[in-house]
Amino acid sequence: MDKLRNYVKELLESGEITGFLGLIDDGGHPIPHLFTKEHIDRLNDLVVPDFRYPMTDILLKIVRKYPESTIGVMVRGCDDRALIELAKNQKIMSDLIRPVGVACSKEMAESCRCSQPYPREIHYGEKVEGVQDRSDLEEVESMDLSGRLDYWMGQFSKCIKCYGCRNICSMCFCDQCTLEDETLVMTGQTPPEIPIFHLIRAFHMAGRCIDCGLCEEACPAHIPLRSLYRKVREDMANYLGYVTGKDEYEKDPLEFLGSEGYEVPSKIDET
Amino acid sequence: MEYQTVRTTCTYCGTGCGVLLEVLDGEVVGTLPQKDHPINEGKLCIKGWSAHEFIYADGRLTKPLVRKGDKLEEASWDEALDFVAKRLLELKKKNGPDSLGCFSSAKCTNEENYLLQKIFRAVIGTNNVDHCARL
Ligand code: SF4
Ligand code: SF4
Ligand code: SF4
Repeated sequence: MDKLRNYVKELLESGEITGFLGLIDDGGHPIPHLFTKEHIDRLNDLVVPDFRYPMTDILLKIVRKYPESTIGVMVRGCDDRALIELAKNQKIMSDLIRPVGVACSKEMAESCRCSQPYPREIHYGEKVEGVQDRSDLEEVESMDLSGRLDYWMGQFSKCIKCYGCRNICSMCFCDQCTLEDETLVMTGQTPPEIPIFHLIRAFHMAGRCIDCGLCEEACPAHIPLRSLYRKVREDMANYLGYVTGKDEYEKDPLEFLGSEGYEVPSKIDET
Repeated sequence: MEYQTVRTTCTYCGTGCGVLLEVLDGEVVGTLPQKDHPINEGKLCIKGWSAHEFIYADGRLTKPLVRKGDKLEEASWDEALDFVAKRLLELKKKNGPDSLGCFSSAKCTNEENYLLQKIFRAVIGTNNVDHCARL
């Protein structure tokens, strides 16, 4: 931990970064905090707990106000994948972000069912293998079509329309959200109009969702949202050969379909 | 450049969810659910997620107001509380305890609600106790 603190201290003191977004211990509770050179002693309370806050989502709020400053941010594997996609969507400039990487423990990787529990560069923690687990999808796929519809309608009907899934998601960065568009989703009712409310979000997550699971963690109704977005993610990989958060240079096919032309990989079958 | 989060409790209802107010350069810009809070465990309802929004609302009451004639005037807490205490005692003396009643609030804690019913039952002497959801 001291190594990590010293590394961040150096970044701040040398002026390489203006602030470092990490977690600070506040009476036994780790909470998001921007460390700065002015209060360098606070780095003694920098912590890396075994749960997560939406670091890149918070980062966007700071970057919007300080688009020209260089900012450091603590990233796990999922946050780092988010940085890759946020840069492609022109929400951040990679040159102005210094990711400080944390590798997740085996326990965390398993509880997150995370396929890549480490960032590109690791400054803290030991890299462990990812978990390949699609049992949630297999369970839904084993149902026949009407069974699946019943299952999802049952799940969606629990929704209390808190917008937590959208609010906590780093990849939900639109200025105007379709989920609040009265012409598409009827307002003034809970559950919100289903299944359209949840399907809009699922489709918008194609080429965006980096499978962090924060949405599902934030859902008070325990709707297995992540399975929905994992399916979309899988379809993106199978049909368009694109995996979000994997390669910072590869273009998202949904971003340039149409005008630039795009050769669909031959892999597509008719299923 | 300053960004910090401040741990506090959502004021919208009595559940007591833990929230973090996000403060960017001294301005409250957002709310996050506290992930390690025993009540809400990192989840919030739509009101909790918007808990920061009323802070800068124009219509927000930041000081007690006392009606003088047909005008509401700003007053100190001491002045407002003295006025309320005096009028409650006057009305009780003139019309009896059952001429009075109280509305408590779903925005208060259980303990605050307990205290309000206690003061009305034990000090004023009436069972006219209700809460804002009935208004
Ligand atoms: S749900 Fe869709 S429209 Fe709304 S913020 Fe997310 S991506 Fe944007
Ligand atoms: S898993 Fe959920 S919160 Fe994470 S990127 Fe995907 S949709 Fe957003
Ligand atoms: S987090 Fe869950 S309950 Fe809240 S809007 Fe999303 S799906 Fe509905």
